[in-house]
Amino acid sequence: MRIPLSEEVVKLKPSGIRKFFDIVHEMKDAISLGVGEPDFDTPWHIRDEGIYSLEKGKTIYTSNSGLIQLRQEISKYLERKYNVSYDPNTEMLITVGGSEGIDVGLRAMLNPGDEVLIPQPSYVSYEPCTVIAGGKPVIIELKAENEFRLTEQELRDAITDKTRVLILPFPNNPTGAIMEESDLVAIAKVCVEKDIFVMSDEIYAELTYKGKHVSIASLPGMKERTILINGFSKAYAMTGWRLGYACGPKEVISQMTKVHQFCIMCAPTTSQYAAIEAIKNGDDDIAKMRDAYDQRRRFLLDAFKKMGLECFEPYGAFYVFPCVKEFGMTSDEFATRFLEEEKVAAVPGTAFGDCGEGFLRISYAYSLDHLKIAMERLARFVEKLRKEQGR
Amino acid sequence: MREKILNVIEKNSRIDIKELAVILGYSEIDVANELKAMEEEGIICGYHTLIDWDKTSIEKVSALIEVKVTPQRGQGFDNIAERIYKYPEVNAVYLISGGFDLLVSLEGKTLKEVSLFVSDKLSTLETVISTSTHFVLKKYKDHGTIIGAQKVDEREKITL
Repeated sequence: MRIPLSEEVVKLKPSGIRKFFDIVHEMKDAISLGVGEPDFDTPWHIRDEGIYSLEKGKTIYTSNSGLIQLRQEISKYLERKYNVSYDPNTEMLITVGGSEGIDVGLRAMLNPGDEVLIPQPSYVSYEPCTVIAGGKPVIIELKAENEFRLTEQELRDAITDKTRVLILPFPNNPTGAIMEESDLVAIAKVCVEKDIFVMSDEIYAELTYKGKHVSIASLPGMKERTILINGFSKAYAMTGWRLGYACGPKEVISQMTKVHQFCIMCAPTTSQYAAIEAIKNGDDDIAKMRDAYDQRRRFLLDAFKKMGLECFEPYGAFYVFPCVKEFGMTSDEFATRFLEEEKVAAVPGTAFGDCGEGFLRISYAYSLDHLKIAMERLARFVEKLRKEQGR
Repeated sequence: MREKILNVIEKNSRIDIKELAVILGYSEIDVANELKAMEEEGIICGYHTLIDWDKTSIEKVSALIEVKVTPQRGQGFDNIAERIYKYPEVNAVYLISGGFDLLVSLEGKTLKEVSLFVSDKLSTLETVISTSTHFVLKKYKDHGTIIGAQKVDEREKITL
């Protein structure tokens, strides 16, 4: 029997994050710092709207682009929060999570051999999605000394005449890095000068702890060359609803909508009704969750300081990215021993790109009590390693 | 700053000042001063513990009592409310809008004790016109906390 398999797909590396979770689930009393989704439940009023829509029998497809009421509310929201305005009729597509937007967007934009610039460490799907879309991933290695921000020079150095798209993953998973307005202005200048399109993944936009998030699409000359990806998962703790959106120039959105309509049809209807409530009346919920994340972020940074573990102060998402290079082992070795000896799972930085070597992603989508236990164990582990090294 | 402190300690009054300072990003001294000031100003009125008495072997009965009263000239409801809240078995007294005037929350050891309180003490007050006693059968949620609920982390393996 011949099993048909795509060589391109077979070649894709599986994600490095799962390996640790597999062990955690088998190991009794192991605790995790690995999960990349909010520990909060979706706020009740949002769930209630989803339930209500079901009661009313709203169980049919929506239009391919998504409910127009939802698109209108998103349009208002983006205007209100990020000062960028999109036509809900032609410049927006409701997707199955932000991740579908990334996939469909790349498929709509790329031709064989087109280069996509992917700053790393970053979310695991940009590279495989680029490959599946026929593009060629070009990795930009971000540096700890720049707080893992993308610099103008790094961007310039990576551009060739085949470069078509720059992925801009900020606020960043796994580093927690953000790009402030001045950082973005420098990037925007290069993009305009070199005629490069940007796919800005702003799924963590609501979770910043130093000023408000700035979208690169709001900078002069950028809206027409940006696909903005966002969604409901992180801001409203709605991961399981699978709902996101992509905004951009109608030329691209219409092609994306075509791919979307053939492989997805439309995003889940119940989720879309719930999302209308979220985006209209969810500001307070976001503020509450953001405050809680911020408290945990401060707690972790303080804990690292006390144990003498190097870590730049991240201002976004819900991750910290401490450096473990002082122990003379790879991230993977460190994470493996930490899990085996202290029963705490954290994801090695290398799961997010080779340049994550020497770092550990620690999620703070966990209660303070949970984090306290984990930090006690980390402190003990760090002490032990230093003793082993005769320090 | 006050709002941030209050929001945290409303849910966890046992948090120590050091930790409170760390998670809110203030200095310890500022937090300590602010707490003291709020205690003195009567903004922070006490530090209580939320107990699910049903899980213990200690018997407790609680009741909510609707009370209709005749307000007194020049005093309104304050006098009668004071008469009622001075009883130690009374947990809370609220002046409320609607079909009756005061809502009294009461805790006693037995049904009989609560009933006696209502018949002997509450109903006999001069200005009390009528009472209606509701015994609490089960507490589902109290002070924003769901009683008996333990949150289990159900998040599954996923690549992100």
